[in-house]
Amino acid sequence: MIELEGDIQPVGELFQSPDVNAAREFFRQKSRAMVDKRMSVREAVARFIHDGDYIATGGFGSVRFSTAVLHEIVRTRKHNLGFSGHSTTHDFQILAAGRVIDRCDIAYVVGLEIRGLSPNGRRFMESGAVRTTEWSNAGLGWRYKAAAMGVPFLPARVMLGSDTLRYSAGRLIEDPFTGQKLLAVPALYPDVGIIHVHQADIYGNSQIDGTSIVDLDLAKASKRLIITTERIVETEEFRRDPRKTSIPYWQVDAVCHVPFGSYPGNMPFEYFSDERHLSAWVEVEQDEARFAAFLDRFIYGVDDFETYLALAAGEQRLAELRSLEILKRS
Amino acid sequence: MATIDARYSLVELMICAAARQLEDNQTAVIGTGAPLAAAMLAQKTTAPNLVILFEAGAMAPILERLPISVSGSETQTRALVHGSMFEVMEACQRGLVDYTFLGGAQIDMYGNLNSTMIGGDYRHPKVRLPGSGGANDLASLCWKTMATMQHDVRRFVPRVDFITSPGYLTGPGAREAAGLPPGTGPYKVISTLGVMGFEPLSKRMQVESLHPGVTRQDIAAATGFEMLFAAHPEVTPEPTDEQLEILRTQVDPQGMILGKPERRKVG
Repeated sequence: MIELEGDIQPVGELFQSPDVNAAREFFRQKSRAMVDKRMSVREAVARFIHDGDYIATGGFGSVRFSTAVLHEIVRTRKHNLGFSGHSTTHDFQILAAGRVIDRCDIAYVVGLEIRGLSPNGRRFMESGAVRTTEWSNAGLGWRYKAAAMGVPFLPARVMLGSDTLRYSAGRLIEDPFTGQKLLAVPALYPDVGIIHVHQADIYGNSQIDGTSIVDLDLAKASKRLIITTERIVETEEFRRDPRKTSIPYWQVDAVCHVPFGSYPGNMPFEYFSDERHLSAWVEVEQDEARFAAFLDRFIYGVDDFETYLALAAGEQRLAELRSLEILKRS
Repeated sequence: MATIDARYSLVELMICAAARQLEDNQTAVIGTGAPLAAAMLAQKTTAPNLVILFEAGAMAPILERLPISVSGSETQTRALVHGSMFEVMEACQRGLVDYTFLGGAQIDMYGNLNSTMIGGDYRHPKVRLPGSGGANDLASLCWKTMATMQHDVRRFVPRVDFITSPGYLTGPGAREAAGLPPGTGPYKVISTLGVMGFEPLSKRMQVESLHPGVTRQDIAAATGFEMLFAAHPEVTPEPTDEQLEILRTQVDPQGMILGKPERRKVG
């Protein structure tokens, strides 16, 4: 590490070890068996997410994320989770509602893009209950990529000179070839990755349509991986056209069949976001008592995601959201 | 402040001025909010071959509906590539991306942007904001960084509370010393009062054009630092009827960014 005078010395906490040899030992033990991994969301969360784990969600904000798993985490009152806040919006909003995290790598949280800021997310993050470390979207994404590659860090040219660097856990390094100053971002191996996909077979082979954000590397970096899927298809679909295999089965631990699983978010080629319901969340968050009642109604007081879906949307609204979707399959 | 033409609102004027900055046959990564409306307007008017990129991975879409999210289905219509964030960010790092268009809560005279927190102590923020998202990456790597902002003293501040995304940092040479790619940095700030560039030697923000009806005093009063003025600042061209028509009926008919139609009029 170079320590040039005047350079920023990052002070952020590193929540997950970038020890590639320990990760190799973990992956050495991970089952490669091609077995039926279908299970309920309840079972997947009970088996694979433990208090204290560090979790990461796929998708981007309100687009292609796994609402069902996040609700189950909140409903079962998991606690002391670590979280990778990589371009998260409604997914963060749900976790903040349940107060289930106590540490967070932040690239984007609390914000809801054009929809403003989450009042409850702000209260939670401003309360001091969560230890935080700052990153950029690319910086945090490349942390997954380093883990996916099995190297302890990747060099990058982002965050340099900024307070984002100062409150990160990156390190300044010198390029051994040209002397260029670079940022080293440490490999990030989440304990659990949670990704919603368009279709999967019973073993976990998964297809993502539209943009993949950072999910293919998140899937590789995650020690355990929960897939929720709009549809279950035959393995032959993938064998016939391997371009469809975004994530191969040996990376996957659980396959949960959850139609409309990204509701109230947008699922490209399937359905658009329910802006009415998302607005209702933001509005009701302004009042803590009303928000508690809202959460009782939609998360704590229901058995599962399907009940929430019926309660929050209903068949007619879901049909509307399908027709509002702008990407059509050719 | 002088009233402006009641044909358009300040936000509409800002978006039309921003759209004019995007050149045809260039590449641009677009952030959420007003920059999206500007990029979509540009694509429908002066820059039909603008290569629009979104950090979530959509490359070269033809926008049909104003995106709510920079990852949503609307960013992917008729795109040439449904890629990944890595592909977009790595194109920026490789030097292939000309413009980025961002927003923020605070900006200073060197174009440093804050979207992380308001307050004096990072560990105890008065207001926790989202953080960088892709903004730091884009402001670090794209050749020319542009920002749109409401122009007032809360946003144009002497010192941002947190440098989320680097402008010229502390002044000339600071970006290069930090290791950022040479030749990059803030290019334009399009506010509700004017269009600002950066004075080449000092790297300080400088007014290049005043919006119609806006005076130097208006800008000075709405800016928390000493704003420079070009020797002969121009007047920002007014939105044309065509621009306004397309903006209101094709880009943002729902008023997501422009506001509801009944609230658009000012003056």
